[in-house]
Amino acid sequence: MASGNNLAVEMKGITKRFPGVIANDRVDFELEKGEIHALLGENGAGKTTLMNCLYGFLNADEGEIFINNKKVEVTDPNVAINHGIGMVHQHFMLVPPFTVTENIVLGKEPTENNMIDYKTANQNVRDISKQYGLNVEPTAKVQDISVGMQQRVEILKALYRGADILILDEPTAVLTPQEVEELVKIMESLTDEGKSIIFITHKLKEVQSIADRVTVIRSGKLIDTVKTDTVTTNELANMMVGREVILEVEKEEANPGEVVLEVEDLYAKNDRDLMALNGTSFSVKRGEILGIAGVDGNGQTELTEVLTGLRKKEKGTIKFKGREITKPQTKRLFEEGISHIPEDRQKRGLIMEFKLYENLILGRHDRKPYASGLNLNNKKIKEEARRLIKEYDIRTPSETVQAKSLSGGNQQKLIIAREFDRKPDLLIAAQPTRGIDVGAIEYIHNSLIGQRDNNKAILLISLELDEILSLSDRVAVIYEGKIVDILDIEDATEEKLGLMMAGAESEEVKGGGQVG
Amino acid sequence: MLANLTALLSTTLRMATPLILAALGGMFSERSGVINIALEGIMLIGAFTAMAGSYFFSPWIGVLAAVIVGMIIAAAHALVSISFRADQIVSGTAINIFAAGITGFLLRLIFGDAGQSPSVQDVGTWKIPFIKDIPVIGGVFGEQIPFVYIALIMVGVSYWILFKTPFGLRIRSVGEHPAAADSVGINVIGMRYIAVIMSGFFAGLAGASLSVGLLDLFVKNMSSGRGFIALAAMIFGRWTPQGAMLAALLFGFADALQMLAQTIGLTFVPRQFLLMAPYILTILALTGVIGRSTPPAADGDPYIKEEV
Amino acid sequence: MVDKNISERKAKYLQKQRLVDLIVPIIAIIAGLIVGAIFMLIIGAEPIKAYIVLWNSSFGSLRGFGEMLVNTVPLIFTGLAVAFGFKIGLFNIGGDGQFLVSYLAAAYIGYMFQLPMYIHLPFALVAGIIAGGVWGGIAGYLKAKLGIHEVITTIMFNYIALHLVGYLVGGPLKAEGPLPATPKIFDTAKLPRFVPNMRIHYGIFLALAVAVLIYYILWKTTFGYEVRATGQNPDAAQFGGINVARNMVLAMFISGALAGLAGSTQALGLEYRAYQPFGFVGYGFTGIAVALVGKGHPVGVVLGALLFGVLSRGAMMMQSMVGVPKEVIEIIQAIIIMFIASEYIFKYLARKWRERKGGVADAS
Repeated sequence: MASGNNLAVEMKGITKRFPGVIANDRVDFELEKGEIHALLGENGAGKTTLMNCLYGFLNADEGEIFINNKKVEVTDPNVAINHGIGMVHQHFMLVPPFTVTENIVLGKEPTENNMIDYKTANQNVRDISKQYGLNVEPTAKVQDISVGMQQRVEILKALYRGADILILDEPTAVLTPQEVEELVKIMESLTDEGKSIIFITHKLKEVQSIADRVTVIRSGKLIDTVKTDTVTTNELANMMVGREVILEVEKEEANPGEVVLEVEDLYAKNDRDLMALNGTSFSVKRGEILGIAGVDGNGQTELTEVLTGLRKKEKGTIKFKGREITKPQTKRLFEEGISHIPEDRQKRGLIMEFKLYENLILGRHDRKPYASGLNLNNKKIKEEARRLIKEYDIRTPSETVQAKSLSGGNQQKLIIAREFDRKPDLLIAAQPTRGIDVGAIEYIHNSLIGQRDNNKAILLISLELDEILSLSDRVAVIYEGKIVDILDIEDATEEKLGLMMAGAESEEVKGGGQVG
Repeated sequence: MLANLTALLSTTLRMATPLILAALGGMFSERSGVINIALEGIMLIGAFTAMAGSYFFSPWIGVLAAVIVGMIIAAAHALVSISFRADQIVSGTAINIFAAGITGFLLRLIFGDAGQSPSVQDVGTWKIPFIKDIPVIGGVFGEQIPFVYIALIMVGVSYWILFKTPFGLRIRSVGEHPAAADSVGINVIGMRYIAVIMSGFFAGLAGASLSVGLLDLFVKNMSSGRGFIALAAMIFGRWTPQGAMLAALLFGFADALQMLAQTIGLTFVPRQFLLMAPYILTILALTGVIGRSTPPAADGDPYIKEEV
Repeated sequence: MVDKNISERKAKYLQKQRLVDLIVPIIAIIAGLIVGAIFMLIIGAEPIKAYIVLWNSSFGSLRGFGEMLVNTVPLIFTGLAVAFGFKIGLFNIGGDGQFLVSYLAAAYIGYMFQLPMYIHLPFALVAGIIAGGVWGGIAGYLKAKLGIHEVITTIMFNYIALHLVGYLVGGPLKAEGPLPATPKIFDTAKLPRFVPNMRIHYGIFLALAVAVLIYYILWKTTFGYEVRATGQNPDAAQFGGINVARNMVLAMFISGALAGLAGSTQALGLEYRAYQPFGFVGYGFTGIAVALVGKGHPVGVVLGALLFGVLSRGAMMMQSMVGVPKEVIEIIQAIIIMFIASEYIFKYLARKWRERKGGVADAS
């Protein structure tokens, strides 16, 4: 190992295999001391896997890891922690009923007479949080504090363990733009103190505005490591997906017809019994795509669930095809002509252990021609399955394999086949392209446009602003359970939407837009 | 009347003792995320071992042996349900069936009797000076089988371990959010092994309290559901040592009342209703009729670290 | 587009998994018998001889075969009960309690009423089905509505049933005389016996018919589809418009009713009255083993019930003829359950072995 360089981390030739996939294929990675280094790639490109290998959550099958120029076998997180690495996971690793302090000191508790010394522990937490400008309440329970606060607790957890190298996994996914700004400040103050930061992301703009250098990974392979000020966003996008990103989906002018869905003053609670929808109102017409843009956690999930009968509404009216639906029930709604592509295909969309033909009838399994009376018509079901597999180009050896044996993209096609085949009047697509490859994304985008041109009403709920902008005819921005404003696509610029997503009224946005 | 009251409370304490001990065991296991319905079987094996130990050596060697064997059986539950990722209920069920089989088998083999063992020496009683001279209280606490005192002390010790020590914090973190514990370098699998083996310690001790404490012999299937009542006490007591103890005392009281009613010929309530009470109360506690109790978040879930 | 290349290997892999599904129970049974043999050796008995006795006790004579079937009947029902619960993702560990309430309910109808057989017998059976069904259904309801773990509630309900039935049979429903039992049922409520001088009764045909019915329900009806969908992925099932809560209650009712049938047929076909229970007979717990050996499939359950029927029949004979304590059978049973439950480790070892054989390429 060449000495005298300034590397905090060096990973060489890392390979990690899972049954059926190579998640990392001989990847090299370097982190310089004191830098913010972005690790960029699409969902499923292998970013998190690489970092899990560095942190010891996973063990690489091949390759070497050097920390501060010393070769280290990172067999488990303890080794990483001892070498000054801390990781803030995308899904927070916090114990909800524990206090902030308990979460931070867990595994490294200060003791007195074999007992946890809570006084010292709380003081330690206060000290560190002051040092880096992270305000937290040590005795609050984690289940009672906000998401942004929880993220700080995660960062403090790493700092408490003396981390010099921080890995942040998609830290901005759950934050509002304002919270992102604060996070950036925190990151800068950390590097000022000599810490080095790796942050994992798939958002191009963040890379440019936050990071010093960027390493791009595609399909488990290293593409390149470059300084952020030497590349353009477009070049980064190219590196990430391997070709020009088609931000503009080819589509004709929309030709909207009558209103299919009308939502007025809708209120609903979330799982924690807090109001998540606070008077949401909008409408969707035939032949148009209404996009709902917003930061994660502003009521999108609850909205989808209320509209599909999975969650009960507190107040407000839902009119579908001109008739009010007083008590939305999933089954009834489906039968009346609502289809739904759920945001989590493995959790909601498919039954992974079921065979394809069984999955393809979910939701209409008790209707003709799939059932007669109480009996299933298995012959007809399989026949129909073969037709759908052909029609929707689902890559599979046969209709009798389990859904879990398909790739993510083909699983999504399976759902699309089922939902489109219902011939719905309204299609609710929630995050329809999350975690699938670019080819499948394109297919799904084109299918949605196709359905629109087929005179269906489409409600698209997505966290990807690009997706919203390229598909929608009108864009509604949701913030804290309320629609801030609805813009025609011609008026919807990324800047405007960004500000509205942070809760700014559209009037302010217009004024602010002129000043800026 | 006073004599009856003293007898009632004293019996309550004695009947509650095996329940307290086994409930503490169940609590450690479940706090770490492993359901242990094998308490019943481990108690049974513990009872047999203690009796055999007393028969061949001495009662206290019997107790020691019961505790060790309890930990070994619990380790088997840990191996199968943690490392082999077997369903924890299924593994526990298998151990319970095994316990009934092996104790019956050995009973026949060693003592040639299918029903019960010969009488052995029990551990006797401990007299507490001063306390034993106070009226009523002396009758209840002054002279009891040692297991009563051990159980009460263990409640305090367990509380201290679970809520005051780093070890306890880690056990609880593993049962609530194993991935979070893993991410700070806590050995989830290791902690669960320790917790389950601890439950074997307590269940073995509870078993010993039956055969060389409450009685001085082993009767086939003598745990007769106490492992499950202990489980109920643990739930009723919301997975805390003090709560489990109070619940066990309540259940022990129902049992003592039932026994007393029988001996003095009171039949105002059928004894079966008193025997049922613990189970009904536990269901009510779970439904929220008497304050809702919720288990640790990861209770019963195997921890799978790497998608394999 | 059916694409042979992409997933052919995956399909093959899944086929191998299915093979493991079959092999594991067989390995488990062999392991159980080996462990049993070790225990026999410890006490100086000859395992081969004992196992020959075991075999002959069921298959050596018509009488033995009939007695074995008598043991098998309740196990088919409790095995189906557990298996049906598994299918909707619930663990019905309360078979013993459901057994008892149905046992008493059927006997009660059997002696309380005097009716023609074609009404009386079905009436008694239906009463048993309802009693067991309600006993299981409550646990289903508490799970569906309040999220209370069904294992806890069914355990609690086992003991409530034990003491409740104990109270009723020992008190209000007790027949005159010293025996702690209900009066005898009328002939019109009896499940007839069909071989002279043997105890085997029509319950065996009822059990086989019910196994077929359960198979049909699970794989040929929309309700079965909903049950399986709910068991595999309740979120997706709900998303598909399936009423998960209702199905859970219904499925636990059916599971309880199945375990209940074990009790009813015992009362109506064998004992002709209900005795006061002093503990659990254990059919519910053995039902878990039966369902596991049968991989939750009705055909497997019938085979599993036969296996345990043979074992329990053999246990008595082995004890009287070669001096092997009958508890050995419980040990064998426990070992079989342990091995099947540890299936993961077999799959893990099988994969490791394949990987070593096939090199790294197989994993990619």
